[in-house]
Amino acid sequence: MPPRTMYEKIWDAHVVREEPGQPAIIYIDRHLVHEATSAQAFAGLRAAGRKVRRPDLTFATMDHSIPTKNRHLPLADDVAAAQFAALEKNCRDFDILLFDTRSPQQGIVHVIGPELGLTQPGLTIVCGDSHTATHGAFGVLAFGIGTSEVEHVLATQCLSQFRSKTMLVRVEGKRAPGVTAKDIILAIIGKIGIGGGTGHVIEYAGEAIRALSMEGRMTVCNMSIEGGARAGMVSPDETTFAYLEGRPFTPRGKDFQAAVDHWKSVATDAGAKHDTLVEFHAPDIAPQVTWGTNPGMVTDITGRVPDPNSFKSDVDRRAAESALEYMALKPGTKIEDIAVDQVFIGSCTNSRIEDLRAAARVAAGKKVSASLKAALVVPGSMQVKAQAEKEGLDKIFRAAGFEWRDAGCSMCLAMNDDVLPSGERCASTSNRNFEGRQGKGGRTHLVSPVMAAAAAIEGHFVDVRGWAVDQSE
Amino acid sequence: MKPFTKHTGLVAPMDRVNVDTDQIVPKQFIKWVTREGYGRVLFYDWRYRDGEVPNPDFVLNKPRYAGATVLLARANFGCGSSREHAPWAIHGYGFRAIIAPSYADIFYNNCFKNGILPVTLPDAQVDELFRKTEQTEGYRVTVDLETQTVTDDSGFRIPFQVDPFRRDCLLNGWDDIGLTLRFEDQISEYERRQKPGATQYSPVKQ
Repeated sequence: MPPRTMYEKIWDAHVVREEPGQPAIIYIDRHLVHEATSAQAFAGLRAAGRKVRRPDLTFATMDHSIPTKNRHLPLADDVAAAQFAALEKNCRDFDILLFDTRSPQQGIVHVIGPELGLTQPGLTIVCGDSHTATHGAFGVLAFGIGTSEVEHVLATQCLSQFRSKTMLVRVEGKRAPGVTAKDIILAIIGKIGIGGGTGHVIEYAGEAIRALSMEGRMTVCNMSIEGGARAGMVSPDETTFAYLEGRPFTPRGKDFQAAVDHWKSVATDAGAKHDTLVEFHAPDIAPQVTWGTNPGMVTDITGRVPDPNSFKSDVDRRAAESALEYMALKPGTKIEDIAVDQVFIGSCTNSRIEDLRAAARVAAGKKVSASLKAALVVPGSMQVKAQAEKEGLDKIFRAAGFEWRDAGCSMCLAMNDDVLPSGERCASTSNRNFEGRQGKGGRTHLVSPVMAAAAAIEGHFVDVRGWAVDQSE
Repeated sequence: MKPFTKHTGLVAPMDRVNVDTDQIVPKQFIKWVTREGYGRVLFYDWRYRDGEVPNPDFVLNKPRYAGATVLLARANFGCGSSREHAPWAIHGYGFRAIIAPSYADIFYNNCFKNGILPVTLPDAQVDELFRKTEQTEGYRVTVDLETQTVTDDSGFRIPFQVDPFRRDCLLNGWDDIGLTLRFEDQISEYERRQKPGATQYSPVKQ
């Protein structure tokens, strides 16, 4: 057999039926479900008199609208409460395992999948959420789907899909201390553009990717959709296997060894061909800060807000003008001179234990700037929260003046009470700086957890590379 | 699924690149548990000022575009969140077809599931349509999926490409799930062969 990419191997292993000129029917190994995109799918299933084909491969949690404080009280938001009630009923009626608001395993769907060991190399995973690519960090074909497709997977455990093209993004060399996985992916999106990966599955490779922890690889894969790619993947290796060992859904003992042997075979073969190649040199990557209203509008911390007239095409120039107007920024302003009102550390991009450890090292013994209106740390799952508390990270954050919350999507998209007020500016570790994403009129700058923590301390963006803290991962 | 064969209607221009689904339907409306009612909240933050007062500067609020059913857009339309609420809102407002140089993958796919035809045309031809729409009040086009053409009554005619399978599905309004379930035997055979499963080895408390 000719050498194959990881994507091709996983695709080939999951084809139920493939005919020329038609989309293939591919089998889905894990279907992750949350409250915001599933109610209409279950309603459609009921209306057609259909059942969930594989409830044992379907797992649900509550994350998008969930409050991050006062969970012992009834939910004040009736609309969100109705959506939670619908998910509870759907999981009960169709016998689906649900990690609800009271579960110690509750959390953001893309944090708990890997944490529970549900995410394993070689699988196909889908979810009604565009950040499903996160699971690709384990050598998984994982992508976001719409609600009609959620219904399709519930009914058939399959999806009708066309083969994608593949893009290899190779990041060679070593990152500088203070430069994180978030900076790598923002730099990639800045280069390929937010539509650059459309129609592609991205495979991330190279020394700088292999050197990342699983948390870092998840951050990179998570934002593939921000480059237009539905899926992003990293070949599994010893880092992957070590992360998975001992997790609730990971095989044990002899079965684990057998699983590892199989997982090793998932990695892309030497000599396999990708449709597109993009190369980066990690030492050239500086901490990144977005200045505009999409993740591709990004620059180095040492940079300045660009002049819209520097863009070649008319549409790009107008997009930059509109972005600067929304962001209330003047061309030429030094990024380090931009003051922030709020800091948000959380989201499916950057809320895992390593993210919190790194941010805590920056915040330790310091105080959040008096100019800040709020600084929030929202762990990605209740298990991450528990682990962080075991390590005393909550005390470090609280002592510095951060609020310490329960797990959920929170201010990444502000479906709960964690809303960025109009006109305020936020240094955020989330994934989207779209207009109104964190709250109508709110202004989002995407950064890494260490850059967010440093901005909280200084009250404006600052180059964390100059800070004397341990920035190893 | 709703079929689409041919549609003639007023064109409204959305002259921005990278329009994301957060703008098409903001987050507060994705808490609803229905598929209906999103037409009112399409482009909510752009379309309304506080108190849901229509913003007269927003393009869809201009009287000349009232009743538009064809949305003319720029590159990478529908990027970001996978929320199918976006095509539900576009359809609920009354749009039946979109014309743009490119679309985000998930949004493009979601359109076909909801009886909306997303037509892809080269930049130059999209530019031409923007000029025509802005210059001619009441500018209408016909989008025909059978002949795969966009035409107007002044002799403008552009062919477009669409995947033949997606075209057949949309022309016939086929139910995707029904299509897949024709091959249920093969799904069962796959399950017998591959034994997909998720075994829990240590307890997790629900």
